[in-house]
Amino acid sequence: MTGPAWLIWALIGLPLGSGTALGVGGRRAERLAAPAGVAAAAATLGLAAAAAVWRPAASAPLFAGVDATFAVDGLSAVMVVTVASVAAAVLVFSVGDIRSGEARSRFFGLMLIFVAAMLVAVTASNLAVLLMGWEAMGATSWALIGFWWRNRSRMEAGATAFVTTRAADVGLYLAAGAAVAGGAGSLRLDALAHLPSPWLGLATAGVIAAALGKSAQLPFSFWLSKAMEGPSPVSALLHSATMVAAGGYLLLRLHPLLWASGWGQPVVAWAGAATAVVLGLVAVAQADLKQLLAASTCAQIGFIVLAAGAGGVAAGTAQLVAHAATKSLLFLAAGAWLAALGTKQLDALAGAARRYRLVGAAFTAGALALAGLPPLSLWATKDAVLSSALARQPALYAAGLAGAVISALYSIRAARLVWLPLAPGASAGYDTERAGTRRVEGWMQGPLVVLAAAAVGLGVYALPEVSNVFDNVIAGPGAGRPAGWELGLSAGLALVAAGATWRWVTRLRVPAALGAAGWAWLGLEAAAALLVVRPLLRAASGLARFDDVVVDGAVRGVAGGALAAARLGARLGEVGVDDVVGAVAGGARRLGGLARRPQTGQLHQYYAQAAVALAVLVAIVVAVR
Amino acid sequence: MLSLITFLPAAAGVILAALPARLPAKFFLRAWVAVAAVDLALVVALWVAYNPHGGYAYGENLRWIPDAGVGYHVGVDGLSLPLVAVTCVLFLACGIYSLGETRRPRTYVCLFLGLQTVCVGLFAALDLVLFFVFFDLSIVGMYFVIAGWGHGEAARAAALKFFLYTFVGSLVLLLGFIGLYLAAKPHTFDIVVLTRADPLAGRGAYATVVLAAIAVGLAIKTPTVPFHTWLPPAHSEAPAAGSAILAGVLLKFGTYGFVRIAMPLLPGAWRAYALVFIIVGAVSAVYGALVALAQPNFKRMIAYTSVNHMGFVILGVGAAGVLAGTDAQSRSLAVTGAVTQMVSHGLITGALFLLSGVLWERTGSYQIDDHSGLAHRAPAFAGVTAVAALASLGIPGLSGFIAEFQIFTGSIASQVAATAVAVASIVITAGLFLRALQRMLAGPLRLPATGPDAGGRFADLTAREAVSVVPLLIVSAAIGVAPRWLLDVIEPAARHLVGLVAR
Repeated sequence: MTGPAWLIWALIGLPLGSGTALGVGGRRAERLAAPAGVAAAAATLGLAAAAAVWRPAASAPLFAGVDATFAVDGLSAVMVVTVASVAAAVLVFSVGDIRSGEARSRFFGLMLIFVAAMLVAVTASNLAVLLMGWEAMGATSWALIGFWWRNRSRMEAGATAFVTTRAADVGLYLAAGAAVAGGAGSLRLDALAHLPSPWLGLATAGVIAAALGKSAQLPFSFWLSKAMEGPSPVSALLHSATMVAAGGYLLLRLHPLLWASGWGQPVVAWAGAATAVVLGLVAVAQADLKQLLAASTCAQIGFIVLAAGAGGVAAGTAQLVAHAATKSLLFLAAGAWLAALGTKQLDALAGAARRYRLVGAAFTAGALALAGLPPLSLWATKDAVLSSALARQPALYAAGLAGAVISALYSIRAARLVWLPLAPGASAGYDTERAGTRRVEGWMQGPLVVLAAAAVGLGVYALPEVSNVFDNVIAGPGAGRPAGWELGLSAGLALVAAGATWRWVTRLRVPAALGAAGWAWLGLEAAAALLVVRPLLRAASGLARFDDVVVDGAVRGVAGGALAAARLGARLGEVGVDDVVGAVAGGARRLGGLARRPQTGQLHQYYAQAAVALAVLVAIVVAVR
Repeated sequence: MLSLITFLPAAAGVILAALPARLPAKFFLRAWVAVAAVDLALVVALWVAYNPHGGYAYGENLRWIPDAGVGYHVGVDGLSLPLVAVTCVLFLACGIYSLGETRRPRTYVCLFLGLQTVCVGLFAALDLVLFFVFFDLSIVGMYFVIAGWGHGEAARAAALKFFLYTFVGSLVLLLGFIGLYLAAKPHTFDIVVLTRADPLAGRGAYATVVLAAIAVGLAIKTPTVPFHTWLPPAHSEAPAAGSAILAGVLLKFGTYGFVRIAMPLLPGAWRAYALVFIIVGAVSAVYGALVALAQPNFKRMIAYTSVNHMGFVILGVGAAGVLAGTDAQSRSLAVTGAVTQMVSHGLITGALFLLSGVLWERTGSYQIDDHSGLAHRAPAFAGVTAVAALASLGIPGLSGFIAEFQIFTGSIASQVAATAVAVASIVITAGLFLRALQRMLAGPLRLPATGPDAGGRFADLTAREAVSVVPLLIVSAAIGVAPRWLLDVIEPAARHLVGLVAR
């Protein structure tokens, strides 16, 4: 039984319509923006909850043979509620963070449009519609990361994020084409796994590329580092629960395709495991809190990707939800400190938790969850993921476990640094990035408390009763059910790593070798610039010169040649023809002159001429005879 | 009715030309807007009453030069009606935009009114000679617009280049038309009759030569690589309204010629050489995008993105000629996408060129690096330009995506590698537009030292400018969000065309 179609249209249309209205309204909507934005987000959350209960489906004609179809199944139900909840929390926080007069209407408008795009992507049951949400998300993320456009580097960061993810999105266009070519002309997502070869392979490769790009997995991770130039609420929404999570969602949704391809599963699983380990190490090396959180996002989404590759759909979804709550909490806490103290540098933030205790407590709750400490949310969900990895391949499990230990290192390091005693000269490090207000408004505190409760409380997933219900909702295969020893092992390792970190970290200090590679995010961006962007720009300017000199030169050459030929023709042709005419005339004139000479008018000369002529005639006659 | 829509602007132009030139400029300009509005209203009525499954509608077939097989045969179907509509929309937008024109307004208005007749007439023409006449007249009209109202001496050179280059193209096209005429028994230039007769079926070399002539003629107009170099100077020197019409309407003559003439009249040859068109399309797409990336001049950059976008169209129509490994759905998607792209490109590029005209009026420069931080002074200009750029680079919710998605998904079955290369160019267009936007709109405010607006003011969009540009983007969004009202018209015609090519 499916719910009413209008519910889907309302769920998408409400944030889209209100967001567009706010964005178009501009300065006129400035005062209205915050209350309207929060109200729209709250109403969207209500609609999402209703959609999760009633499970609506909707369909409308789109292209020839391709209908725009939407459906809320178990997986989508979890996604819409997660997205709408985080969006509501973040928008409430934004009321305190994005000050009035700071183009609030544009901010709330774009955030709502973004939410609508994400809701399209997670409710679509058809690749064309999914791609529409997917690409709209990318474009909106550009506008949101570059929200403070007066500083051009922020817009450049937005452009990097958008262009990088779009390069990966080419994969989805190809996958859609492969579906049509392979006979799945409806573009329904559930038809992709039944494509014939070679279209199956192309579709799989395209989907994997697009998902890894959107989720900032290796080798695309660098765009997320740049994206930290955007406002904190943007990071809290885009880089925890939505944009980056969309890649993980796509792989979870299309796990039958990965399975059918034969090679998709191991590729995806190892990409996720590698990102969990490598980007976790990058996170350990960061000196900037938001950069640390961004690298950790890549690593944590790595577990979702790993789950998709290992076939643990329910486990991966649980990880996605737990991470969404935890990471948006941490980004918002970092944003609260940034707003109050004007910095996100970890050394300057030393003691920040003591200064703003509620923020500090919420941040710590999130950091402990992120560290994978029992009995908090990510501990439970990560073990479910690792359990499905173990069922697939022990090496995969070992890599994942290493990633889990690393997450304890960077999380506890951040928590320890913000709880250090407040140094006497601490304020010297403040206000380096923006002017701090030295207070955390109630609008900001409320969402922190709610999200902290979620980050802690979702640990109930470890209870079999709860996880059974959840797995039934997702109704996917391979619900990871970690054995007792697995839970114990990961909990023990995380506790040891966390304890050691707490004990040893007393100031910001990173091993030099790790630091250099980690700060630059392994040089991935430099590599992309060196290998892709710069050659492309060189090719572009080379081709532009080629276009001017050679292609257009050929045209100019032809035109010039025609002119030259015309001039030559003018000289040769005119001379030749006119000379012939002239010569003929001159000859005639000369002949005329000659013919006139005998006409003397004197009779004796005519007789003489006649006599000569007669003599000649006689001579001829005689000679011929 | 169709003839009324076609000749109403020209008739109005003749009347205006007879009036004394000393009448106020506003009178002529407002008269143009009024005529364009009436014409658009008539087209809307035509659209509402049109039955997409009925083939050609509103046909009129009169004797003209019967001895030569030439008739005045007009009519519209799902391929031409959307282009007639977008023509009328663009001319109205340009009329509103030009309300501030002060240089020789009477001549200016009469030229544009004449051009509108020519453009509508070309899309309505169902006779090759009629098509050719309008094709050539458009070159003459646009020559005078560029030379007379462009930017100085360089404009005259660009206009001459445009005229000669496209005129050569039209002559080659005429040779192809004569080839078709001679092959048909009895001899005729009637497109409908020729489509039914398929006179060149099975005539290998002859058909190849005719297709080559028609294809080169149309490729120059479209333009595709390597026949595109008349386009950038013509655009960068033309006045804003001229650029908008040139890019929005005149370029479509080429691509429309492919779907109206080359494909249905030469199906066998089209199938045989489909790969050539696919490759030319893919190369144009990538080449246009890359060269656009390197342009320091905003208007030239947009001009080169036209080469990119028209490349997608050629890719789509080429893909429809490959029967092996494809089905009717994919080919029909490709052709529908190609026609949608013509409409979409007309709207979006028209808007972008009008916006670059706004830039020129303020600062007298198109150089990207001459401008910075324009969003400080002109938030509405910045916002509208950003939306137009996003539309052009194919963001969902706007018409470009609807067109390109169909082209790509429909073309892959025909040629994977070429299509993949063409798809990759959307990343380059994204990069180049965002780079231009962030350089011109963001950062600290900086304007050219000289120019009309040297005082550091950069006024935001005026009502006149906003009313001319914003509706184009609204129509683009209407296609992007709910495309059925357009696709319902295009799809049956595209399916029919795919069937004709496959016979």
